[in-house]
Amino acid sequence: MAERPQISGSLFKRLTAILIFGSMLLSIVLFFVVREFAARIAQAGQDSILEASVSSIIDAAVIRDGRVEVDFPYASFSMLDTDQNDRVFYAIRQDGQLLSGYKVIPQTDRLRTDSAFFETRILAQSKFRIASAQRVLIGSQRSTTVSVYVAQTQDSLSQTLKQISLNVGALCLVFFTFTAILSYIAALATVRPLSRLASSVQRRSGEDLRPFKQPVPSEMVPLVSSLNSLMNRLDQTLTRSEDFIAEAAHRVRTPLATVRSYAETTLQRVTKSENRNALKAMMRAVDESSRAAGQLLDHAMITFRADHLDKQQVDLSGIVEDLATSLAPIAEMKDLKIVLRTDGPVHVEGDPILLQNAFRNVLDNALKYAPFETEVTIQVTDSPRPTVTISDLGAGFPNDEIQALTKRFRRGKNAKNSIGSGLGLTIAQDVALAHGGSVALTNGKSGGACVTFYL
Amino acid sequence: MRYFLSVILAFCSSLCAAQVWEDQRIFGAAEATQQLRILSSTDTSFLVPVIDAFLEDRPNLKIEYLVHGTSTIDLLYRQNPGDFDLVISSAMDLQLKLVNDGFGKQVDDIDLPKSAKWRDTLFAFTKEPAAIVLNRAAFPNGDLPKTRQDLITALRNQPDVFKDKIATYDVRTSGLGYLFATQDARSSETFWRLMEVMGGLGTRLYCCSGQMIDGLVLGDIAVAYNVLGSYAEARAKTEPALAVILPSDFPTTMMRTIFASDAAQTNLEAEAFIRFLIEQQRDDGRNITGLPSVMSFGTQQSIPLNPALLSYLDALKRRTFIEAWENALVQ
Repeated sequence: MAERPQISGSLFKRLTAILIFGSMLLSIVLFFVVREFAARIAQAGQDSILEASVSSIIDAAVIRDGRVEVDFPYASFSMLDTDQNDRVFYAIRQDGQLLSGYKVIPQTDRLRTDSAFFETRILAQSKFRIASAQRVLIGSQRSTTVSVYVAQTQDSLSQTLKQISLNVGALCLVFFTFTAILSYIAALATVRPLSRLASSVQRRSGEDLRPFKQPVPSEMVPLVSSLNSLMNRLDQTLTRSEDFIAEAAHRVRTPLATVRSYAETTLQRVTKSENRNALKAMMRAVDESSRAAGQLLDHAMITFRADHLDKQQVDLSGIVEDLATSLAPIAEMKDLKIVLRTDGPVHVEGDPILLQNAFRNVLDNALKYAPFETEVTIQVTDSPRPTVTISDLGAGFPNDEIQALTKRFRRGKNAKNSIGSGLGLTIAQDVALAHGGSVALTNGKSGGACVTFYL
Repeated sequence: MRYFLSVILAFCSSLCAAQVWEDQRIFGAAEATQQLRILSSTDTSFLVPVIDAFLEDRPNLKIEYLVHGTSTIDLLYRQNPGDFDLVISSAMDLQLKLVNDGFGKQVDDIDLPKSAKWRDTLFAFTKEPAAIVLNRAAFPNGDLPKTRQDLITALRNQPDVFKDKIATYDVRTSGLGYLFATQDARSSETFWRLMEVMGGLGTRLYCCSGQMIDGLVLGDIAVAYNVLGSYAEARAKTEPALAVILPSDFPTTMMRTIFASDAAQTNLEAEAFIRFLIEQQRDDGRNITGLPSVMSFGTQQSIPLNPALLSYLDALKRRTFIEAWENALVQ
């Protein structure tokens, strides 16, 4: 299992948090802006009514018989009727002197004739909005200035504002909910290509080192490019390793074969028994080296190929038959008979080279440990699952070691006298595992080792 | 010395406060420790059933019921708002102005239509039209006037019959009279023509509806204009000579209102009294005072409770109106 990388936060969580926080901030700002805006409009509404009231009163001002009369219309005050029954104060002044109304309204020196002046004040413990204006009346003797103040409480206004605040609050809450959901979706959409790439990497089999071709967002291009270039380099390295193994196998085996054939030829010519013994020992050593090198290279190859399995339809019976044929000469040297029992073709998905290698190593072992003039049996069955069993009539596996034998370089205690590297069963096991199968080691009832491949 | 002074002051103030009332009655047990003082323009007889019922399960409370004219009530109350717990008046404009000026105490959740209350402080409990009340003897052929125009015609046709036998409110002293007159003037020019005709026939001026009705019953008066219809109807039940006409050209209808004084101490009982009164006065079937409730007269609008009522209370407008009224009526 690959090492689990260290985790530092989550892109998705970070993105979601930033977006949701942003929309929350936006909602709050929206709330205050809209409410402020609504408050101004509401205030402007009250102001315009107050101004209309002031101007209707001031327009009624006349000088009659040298006296100011202000017979203002009933509407001047009825227009000030509000939902919350706001209180109304007013004052009519002539040159600053109170003619009628409430003296509690203070005079202001900011009176204008063209439009009303507005201010907000506390009068008699309540907040009042005051509109005021003045007008110059030209009498026969002298001119005089009439000023009118109309003040109104803001109960209705604050009621309206409260209502507006509630509505705007609800609106902002809906807005926030909506944007929060949108943020979540956006974060999800942003992270999705990443997880899609990850799952596509995971789905790939070990040997699939093709570059990723699916379109990705531009931000992910550097990642995918470096991933592709990494896989490209890995692919090259793997190919080079396989080449190296093939080369090494060739380079080592060929000189050894040459040495052996020379030794054999020499043996024919040499008659002195001590020289012959020496040559025989040399041949044995060469055989051992050759076999060990072969197994080592097999094992190395299997290690690479297992990650890089070249699966195809193979016939187990066919492989086993070919193997029996090719190893027949070695069997004959010991007068061994290879018995083949097959149920006809048994097809499996597998790497033929690896399977052949595995069977050859086991069969090789069987031929090695089988006593002279006995039988080595190969059985291939198709059901319940594809199985290849290779058994001999030799001493069998030592019972106490039977589980450990598949470990690398482990040889049985009773194998001291034969050549071998201890890799044969390991290779068999690795191949079976690479194919999703297993290897079982057992001893026959009447002795003899039995190796079973379940594929 | 200080003690002596304060005794003199107390004595003096009690003397100065010795107000002469049109009527003054105390309800409830004399030894009751709590007291409600009700300042009212409404004849005591209408409120007796309410007060008696209210006091039934309040043995510790007595109610002092003080009756005066609407203008005087306004004046008295403004001088000593803490002395009175409740103010009842038929002069809607004066009542609204008192509340507008901040004298009333808010009483929440009173079950009345929006048009019958103002600021949850001023509450209407009756709806009463202004009426033309006649003595049938003055109209021997039974041809009673139905509108103001009819009345003008009748007066013009028989000036001898009506000379010095016409009555109306003196708007200078009666708050309710002033309210009726200003609302009439606002509605139609007919009002001024009627005033001129009445002025030409030497109209007598009264402070109160009760006295005008008395005059009608005695035969001193043949026609009274802008009398409280509810009072007249009550008397007409026993005095067949009285005819109560609600003018059909434009009706002027006022609402009798009540509010609790914010300055008074007995606020809780005052609130309870308002709740009780409004509850007992709600529909025509069981209006406890016998005065028509705010729901009566169908869709007929009364003078609306809104700040426009302040208009004619304005000193300048009042001066202008009274001058016009005097010119027409007091010749």
